[in-house]
Amino acid sequence: MSTRGFTGRRPGADVAGRLPPGQYETRDFPVLSLGPAPVIDLAHWRFTLRHGARPLASWTWEQFQALPRTRWQGDIHCVTTWSKFDTEWEGVTIDDLLRAAGIEAPTPYLLAQSYDDYDTNVPLAELAGGRAMIATHFGGQPLTAEHGGPARLLVPHLYFWKSAKWLKGLKFTAKDEAGFWELRGYHMHGDPWREQRFSSDE
Amino acid sequence: MTTPANDGNWHRAVIVRIEPRTPGMRSYFLHAPLARHVAGQHVDVRLTAPDGYQAHRSYSIASRPGAAGIELAIAAHDDGEVSGWFHDVAAVGDVIDVRGPLGGHFVWDGSQDGPLLLVAGGAGIVPLVSIARAWQAAGSATPLLVLHSAREAGALAFREALAALDEPGRYVTATTRGAPPPGGFGRRIDAAMLDAVLESWGHVPAASYLCGPTDFVEAMGKLLVARDLPARSIRTERFG
Repeated sequence: MSTRGFTGRRPGADVAGRLPPGQYETRDFPVLSLGPAPVIDLAHWRFTLRHGARPLASWTWEQFQALPRTRWQGDIHCVTTWSKFDTEWEGVTIDDLLRAAGIEAPTPYLLAQSYDDYDTNVPLAELAGGRAMIATHFGGQPLTAEHGGPARLLVPHLYFWKSAKWLKGLKFTAKDEAGFWELRGYHMHGDPWREQRFSSDE
Repeated sequence: MTTPANDGNWHRAVIVRIEPRTPGMRSYFLHAPLARHVAGQHVDVRLTAPDGYQAHRSYSIASRPGAAGIELAIAAHDDGEVSGWFHDVAAVGDVIDVRGPLGGHFVWDGSQDGPLLLVAGGAGIVPLVSIARAWQAAGSATPLLVLHSAREAGALAFREALAALDEPGRYVTATTRGAPPPGGFGRRIDAAMLDAVLESWGHVPAASYLCGPTDFVEAMGKLLVARDLPARSIRTERFG
């Protein structure tokens, strides 16, 4: 049933085709986070890859800068219903990170962990194959603290809460463990094209 | 803390009352079969055009948990597709779709101990009004301080309700244009103002809730962290 007097502002066909269900295009870059942006000193920044509690590899900021860099341009989608088109990111793909660590993935599940104690689960299959990176630049500039700098996860094909800000590491887990929002009613997978917003969505 | 029962389905909601809050904000009271919310939560609203096109937006709940109707206080945005419908078209009796309540972090359920600080910029006051009302309804002995920054006195939504908070509640305003309301500051919130307000309140916040535009929330978060409040004690919600 339609809403009385609502006609809406339909996006053009070019935009509509790029919008997952229930999303609208914004030109802004809204910020969503649990609390204030943590203050992270690059001299003490570390990125650590773990299997459970056991560290597998670790990089200082300087060492991280020496890893192969990749650029990606495309659309991002937030569960709060905004989508932003043609965003430009630069960082280190998960493939390059695992290659640099010289390891094979010990499990198919990962938990992204942040400096503000936020975490979110992402299966390796969603991160590997050039589908995700640890981004340090946005729009050609170093990533600002409010958008997750110095480094954040970027998994653009999933709702953006999976792209954890202020990333400090990735942890391989034996099973698919729910992270912060997933424990609070949000979907374990979070595919915007299947509109997997809440745990009650299919 | 867990999200209360939300069946994830869209429900029909009837607008039963509309009240102006400020020149740019109105409250829409809904009757809808939703689970009881926790103060600070929001609902998703969906409008449908005759051809099936739909637009979704999230709006914070201003009413206290358990109130008879759900109050959404909606600010008019320039060119707002959904807020424009509310302000230009919506009337009592109109039916919309809602889903929720949603959000499990920016919430106050009364179980947290210690002094409570609520800081809002502009329309960011809405979820904080729900928290203040929940606090009041609970007869909580927890000290409460509400600090609301807005462009001018007329933009201080819910000013009367908040000014009527019982002790140990406090309500302080900061406005940047025109004459400030009695007792209010006539400038932006800065470190000196925060020092003065917290000193006069006489408590150290155990939990702080910040809501407003991104740059406002970032600035307030920095001020609180600079006062050595643990970052984990500060919850934020932003828009715009």
